[in-house]
Amino acid sequence: MTSVDLSASSVRELNARLHALPADTNETAWRIAEPRGAHAVAAGLTVPVSVEIDGHVGYYCGGMNQAASVTINGHCGTGVAENMMSGTIRVRGNASQCAGASGHGGLLVIEGDAGPRCGISMKGVDIVVGGSVGHMSAFMAQSGTLAVCGDAGEDLGDSIYEATLYVGGGVGRLGADCVEKEMTTRHREMLSALLERAGVEADLSTFRRFGSARRLYHFHVDNADAYR
Amino acid sequence: MSVDRRTLRPSATFPDHVLAEIHRAADRGVYEIRGFGTKRHLPGFDDLLFLGASMSRYPLEGYRERCDTDVVLGDRFASRPVELAIPITVAGMSFGALGANAKEAIGRACTAMGTSSTTGDGGMTEEERRSSKTLVYQVLPSRYGMNPDDLRRADAIEIVVGQGAKPGGGGMLLGQKITERVAGMRDLPVGIDQRSACRHPDWTGPDDLAIKIRELREITDWEKPVYIKIGASRPQYDVPLAVKAGADVVVLDGMQGGTAATQDVFIEHVGIPTLPAVRRAVEALQELDMHRKVQLVVSGGIRTGADVAKALALGADAVSIGSAAMVALGCNRPVHVEDYHAIGTEPGACHHCHTGRCPVGVTTQDADLEARLDPEQGARRLRNYLTVMVLELQTIARANGKSHVLNLEPEDLVALTVEAAAMAGVPLAGTDWIPGRE
Ligand code: SF4
Repeated sequence: MTSVDLSASSVRELNARLHALPADTNETAWRIAEPRGAHAVAAGLTVPVSVEIDGHVGYYCGGMNQAASVTINGHCGTGVAENMMSGTIRVRGNASQCAGASGHGGLLVIEGDAGPRCGISMKGVDIVVGGSVGHMSAFMAQSGTLAVCGDAGEDLGDSIYEATLYVGGGVGRLGADCVEKEMTTRHREMLSALLERAGVEADLSTFRRFGSARRLYHFHVDNADAYR
Repeated sequence: MSVDRRTLRPSATFPDHVLAEIHRAADRGVYEIRGFGTKRHLPGFDDLLFLGASMSRYPLEGYRERCDTDVVLGDRFASRPVELAIPITVAGMSFGALGANAKEAIGRACTAMGTSSTTGDGGMTEEERRSSKTLVYQVLPSRYGMNPDDLRRADAIEIVVGQGAKPGGGGMLLGQKITERVAGMRDLPVGIDQRSACRHPDWTGPDDLAIKIRELREITDWEKPVYIKIGASRPQYDVPLAVKAGADVVVLDGMQGGTAATQDVFIEHVGIPTLPAVRRAVEALQELDMHRKVQLVVSGGIRTGADVAKALALGADAVSIGSAAMVALGCNRPVHVEDYHAIGTEPGACHHCHTGRCPVGVTTQDADLEARLDPEQGARRLRNYLTVMVLELQTIARANGKSHVLNLEPEDLVALTVEAAAMAGVPLAGTDWIPGRE
């Protein structure tokens, strides 16, 4: 286990060390103390190491992650795991806005609640939220899956493309072009597998599925009202 | 009854193109989306003149004395700034808007000339990375194809806040251009009308942007210059905010800048022309004592070496061309005229990039049309054109007694019109009068 205390070392020094690791490194377990809300902690990792952060982090923790497994034992600021490509990022507390923004792959687990725009512009990432998400979550979500065990705020899935959304609790007004879809056995199985992968327990029977009505895929005068 | 044609007075309020647009709108019920850029007359670089040397300034010998053109971009924070042989770069144009052959031709020409090209919405293609020695990677609101590997193999990062043709608008690409490859790169269904977001998904405002820039620098180990591209609207505020957010370079795109597809009303009615935008941006940098420390790249309607010289004289460090590079590749060239007619236009008036049916193979994903643009021949044309621009630029710089093109200055310029004098902050020709100044 390699330990780094961010009250004694800078984020730059930490990230430089993590970026310098070869793919077959022996230093596969890292523990970060005293993050004190620092930004871009463990951003841009490319190798399958495990990084555990004890405390709260600022913006963009684990940004653009590839292969690594990052766990935040605390809350995190805006854009955790933004544009992540692969690997796993787990937030044990709550996440601020734009969690998993434009994520292309991998798994983001937020055990607490997530703020607005969770999964905005997501492109293949799987996101599991143990609690609730704020308004405009999955805005322009292109692909991947967002599973919310609690409630989803207003305008869920506005302008959604081909992402799949599951919500276990209540749902506010749906966003433009987002509609409820049938929850088939196959979907329940996929959701079950995703929750298991995320290590999150929930009552599957309450979940509903949402996706795109695909009415806004082409300009058409009759659809102009959708955005008013 | 015969008509006396002298009595047929067309309305200045309703000229032909306005009548046609009202008829089109009445028929279709959707606004017009088109490519290219603004078509209205705007005060521009043509309204400025260089004074040249005389008794009070010595010219340099045209073929014997040096006039250097090199420029360094991004040495504020980046450990590997971009070094260019000429101050003319090629602006971001996406693979998707442009075909692969056009992207490759641009990359090859820029490499040969020692300058940079830029990716666009949709990410980086292998062809353009291979063909471009210096490649600027755009980070756009859509984040299509955004990839940390590409970020790391880019030579600079350009965060696109806006573009001159549509400050405040997001990207657009109509279904006919969303082929399987384009859709795959953008993670979109094939054939849909793509409308990108106009704001970034993970930051809003300059305070967040500063943190975003730090993240990008962290991911790339503080090697790459970070540019911020803004559409010209309020450069007096946007440029200082970009500097404060930590930009190494500000790219300022005036409203003459081109687009692959945007609402006509946006292209023609939003933003300010390049001419006043440059002056305000330079003043803002000077006020912060950051002129030349944060470099300014100006784009939007740059067509000739004279335009480049005027932009530099007003204080830019480099310029960027988009539409003009496309024209050099063959855009609006009078060949395959029947194909221009097939999409309802003529060479010289074409703005039909959005259709995907580009008659000269520049802005198309159609294999047959694209085959009309041979990457090698296209690269040769663009190289020739860039060479001419540089020769013109040096001609003007030497005539004004400058041994480096960056030594051109506002004192070398006068304006032909009161408007241009006010916008550029240079005297009306034959006077000492700069409108708006004491
Ligand atoms: S010729 Fe091609 S590139 Fe030029 S405006 Fe027409 S469609 Fe666009």
